[in-house]
Amino acid sequence: MALVRVRNPLRSLAGGRSEHRVEGATVVELLGELERLHPPVAGWVLDERGRIRRHINVFVNGERGGEATAVDAEDRIDVLPAISGG
Amino acid sequence: MTELLVGTKKGLFVLEGRPDGEFAITARAFPGEPVDYAMRDPRSGRVIASMTSPFYGPKLWHAEDPAGEWTQAEGLVLPADADGALERIWVIVAGEADGSLYAGGDPGVLFESGDGGATWELNSALWEHPTRPSWEPGGGGLCLHSIVPWPEDPDRLALGISAAGVWLTDDRGRTWRQGNDGLVARYLPEEAREGSTSLCVHRLRRAPTRPERMFMQFHGGVYRSDDAGETWTDIGDGLPSDFAFPLVLDPADPDSAYVIPLRADMDRVTPDGAVRVYETRDAGASWRARGDGLPQREAYLTVLRHAFDQAGEGAALELYFGATSGEIFGSTNAGERWFTVAGRLPPVYSVTAVR
Repeated sequence: MALVRVRNPLRSLAGGRSEHRVEGATVVELLGELERLHPPVAGWVLDERGRIRRHINVFVNGERGGEATAVDAEDRIDVLPAISGG
Repeated sequence: MTELLVGTKKGLFVLEGRPDGEFAITARAFPGEPVDYAMRDPRSGRVIASMTSPFYGPKLWHAEDPAGEWTQAEGLVLPADADGALERIWVIVAGEADGSLYAGGDPGVLFESGDGGATWELNSALWEHPTRPSWEPGGGGLCLHSIVPWPEDPDRLALGISAAGVWLTDDRGRTWRQGNDGLVARYLPEEAREGSTSLCVHRLRRAPTRPERMFMQFHGGVYRSDDAGETWTDIGDGLPSDFAFPLVLDPADPDSAYVIPLRADMDRVTPDGAVRVYETRDAGASWRARGDGLPQREAYLTVLRHAFDQAGEGAALELYFGATSGEIFGSTNAGERWFTVAGRLPPVYSVTAVR
């Protein structure tokens, strides 16, 4: 199972843990499974269409990834807010 | 004691004070997050707030005590086959039925809650309205920002959408029709105005003691309707500018309205560097400036559509408004004299007052 790492506020919503072992073949599958395991996360990373929100960045082993990026059991996925705002 | 719920770019601020005394910040929630709107349901006492994280999307929260624990509401989503996601919740309004609340959002959507704001359901008739593909967003998005119940009749409701005009229902949202006759979209070429749905309503209010009377601040124009929003008459003559966003009424006087003119569409600041609220007490036949105590020089403020509210009525009418430059001003005598409530808040998005 791949390792998904999140920070607050997602960490608080995901049971207070920043690291989660999650099943899935692609980034979007992993994030959907994270929502299933931790329902309070629903709607925060993926919108109601199941798309990654516009200002959320996902990295797979340090490389920018997208919804369809393939992942395997050894991969590390970081979910981070974009650097923006005012 | 008067409570102000102030939505800002950097969180919700709760201010409390006596009308004849100073106000103080008694709570802050969602620090660092944009809070578009917050209201206290007068029936339950529950506070409901709309927060739009730039990263994690729009969320609605409720709390019994704004200084305490907040719970995220459920059901505020678009259908999974929608072209986009819900962008923002602009406004929350108590309905007339027991426990009923309405929320309006972008893209031009209405949600209803029957349990005091814990769970919500999309109004499908408005979502599926056949004219929807022709609706165009205003500068702030396709925002449903005004929800206007009819006192003691839960079947009747009026909506204001920027920029898709006024929508009316007489069957509690099962069917909707437009109420735009008389509105003039000066921002469109003359030949494109007839029948256009690109109508940029900025704010809509209803006179509670005469509910067929409504007032509207439009994107260039102030209007009054005496037939429940079917037709509109321009009442902007006498104002220094008829461009503005918010509008407030005195609940005791159906001939009253207050607006805060901005210089122009392309220069959205108070005219001549002076902050003035304008009042009518004759249904828009005449207007008079109410600026005593407000900054009258080198003051170029912007007041957004939800940043002006009222508490009480008649001679004890309290008025409060906030600016994007972080000030909040108040009056406890129907605008005759103003005082500074707060001076250094983050940009103010909304003010709601509870007495």
